[in-house]
Amino acid sequence: MKFSRLIFANLFRKKARLILTIGSFAIALVLFTFLAVVKSAFSRGTEIAGADRLIVVSRIGLMQLMPISYRDKILAVPGVRAVTHNHWFGGVYQDEKNFFPQFVIDPENQRKVMTELVVPEDQWNNFLKDRQGAIAGARTAARFHWKIGDRIPIKTTLYGGGSSEFNLDGIYHSERPGGDEGQFWLQWKYFDENAPALVKSTAGWYVVKLNSPDDAVRVAKAIDEKFANSSFETKTETESAFAAGFAKQFGNIELLIVTIGGVVFFTLLLVTGNTMAISVRERTSELAVLKAIGFSGRAVLCFVLAESVIIALFGGFLGLALAYLAIPVIGIALTGLLPPLILSKSLLTLGVGFALFVGAVSGLLPGIGAMRLRVVNALRRV
Amino acid sequence: MIRVDGRSDSQSLIRVRGLNKTYSRGGEKIQVLQGLNLDVDKGDFVAFMGPSGSGKTTLLNLLGGLDVPSAGSITVDGDEITHMAASKLTQWRARHVGFIFQMYNLIPVLTAFQNVELPLLLTKLSKSERRKHVETALGVVGLTDRMHHYPRQLSGGQEQRVTIARAIVSDPTFLLCDEPTGDLDRKSADEIMAIIDELVGKYSKTILMVTHDPVIAARAHTTLHLDKGVLVEGKTSRESVLAGGAS
Repeated sequence: MKFSRLIFANLFRKKARLILTIGSFAIALVLFTFLAVVKSAFSRGTEIAGADRLIVVSRIGLMQLMPISYRDKILAVPGVRAVTHNHWFGGVYQDEKNFFPQFVIDPENQRKVMTELVVPEDQWNNFLKDRQGAIAGARTAARFHWKIGDRIPIKTTLYGGGSSEFNLDGIYHSERPGGDEGQFWLQWKYFDENAPALVKSTAGWYVVKLNSPDDAVRVAKAIDEKFANSSFETKTETESAFAAGFAKQFGNIELLIVTIGGVVFFTLLLVTGNTMAISVRERTSELAVLKAIGFSGRAVLCFVLAESVIIALFGGFLGLALAYLAIPVIGIALTGLLPPLILSKSLLTLGVGFALFVGAVSGLLPGIGAMRLRVVNALRRV
Repeated sequence: MIRVDGRSDSQSLIRVRGLNKTYSRGGEKIQVLQGLNLDVDKGDFVAFMGPSGSGKTTLLNLLGGLDVPSAGSITVDGDEITHMAASKLTQWRARHVGFIFQMYNLIPVLTAFQNVELPLLLTKLSKSERRKHVETALGVVGLTDRMHHYPRQLSGGQEQRVTIARAIVSDPTFLLCDEPTGDLDRKSADEIMAIIDELVGKYSKTILMVTHDPVIAARAHTTLHLDKGVLVEGKTSRESVLAGGAS
């Protein structure tokens, strides 16, 4: 602590340079945090996926439908506890910008399989009784300020088009942190009655609940073998593998983010490193005097490192604060284009760690230079 | 008693024997000091004079443990410093040497008080003890009323007085002064020399000083001339001035 005055006095020696460096650090941290949040959003599907769930889709592709009769056949496979099925409704609420995923669900089995998505009992009972009923995720309901009892007009772009109104009977919440609360559920029976002939008695995909996650490989293989050489062959995989594959449809997001993140990291390293190098160079004689009067090379290294780490922490905390304020706003602006953007505590911790690491690394070279400084040379006296 | 013949039997405070320093410059070897001997007792005040490049500052750097000799030995208060490891030498400097530079070399972002306090940060003294020491040191140089001023708010003479306070605050074994008045006008130089005289006369400090100025050198007990890498014992400093100054 007794050295803190010396460290801070040196830090504030060039206020304009300090502010600019902290500013550039903060902006870079905002960008880094945003990238990390986007990456996390795309990978969240795999993180929150149930380990004891399988997804069965058509071998041809996700948009290819399968017969509804598969449900009972899948249920008969040993190791399967429950099966439910979904359809992609693909509707538009008021404007195409207001995107949210609408799933036609199987009310009988939905809650047996998707156990973490919880609907209050009275709301669920109302939904079961209401053929035109709907249940919205808490995030979607909040986004459009819906309340139970509202009529929600949805214009469908698939299945021959047309417009329907649904009654909001309930709102579900996810019991898993970061779980998906953006869906909108509709009744399969109502959908099936109004669907074109080609779509009738079909399911978009099946979600299978297993007795044990250990059975996943065996059951997946058994399901695909059961429908092999049929008109509707299946491809069964774990929910996390399915989520990862789904995210890949957007391209190699991870590579893109890691590349941009790498550029941010090295740019930041150069900016902070350059600041520290200039700062050390312009007070060479002062550092030499410190060493002359008894400060060790290691102490001088610590002073330089402390300065760069403090700059990084100031910039880091400022950047994280800005990101904390900006990401929800950006998230709303990008709703429909990106999965929900959530700045979690772990990402904030990662941001602080990133700032600390960049601060330490960028101060290292100038610090070592200061540590190795020869007093006699630095004082320019022979 | 200051001797340069290397024959002193007494236990001098500073004892230099056969000191050599050679630099390589562009493949050429330059011998700056050649078999130099020196004995300085506690309370001595010695001035080194000599032409530019004669090795005065090199000798001061070697005595202060800032540089390593090519050969020979330097013993200070029983400690042989020429073979000390760098880290131990740093600790030794903090305990035994006070530096006074020509260009003051104060930290511009610290006040006079904070600059003087710097060497004490390396000790185990408490904050209040450090404050007491700093105020005493600043009192010796007559700058108690300017202790919260930054170097830019002080005159050259005042800055040098802060440097002296910084050099004496940890009560080192000896002081090394490299042209302490070289950047000052005559009046300020006299003020600085008065303080140095007081340090020797009143506080029995041992001082080794490099200077080009024979008038300043005349304030020392003895002036030694460095020429071609060897020390030549001259007349007493006052006799030297009366005889026409330095070589």
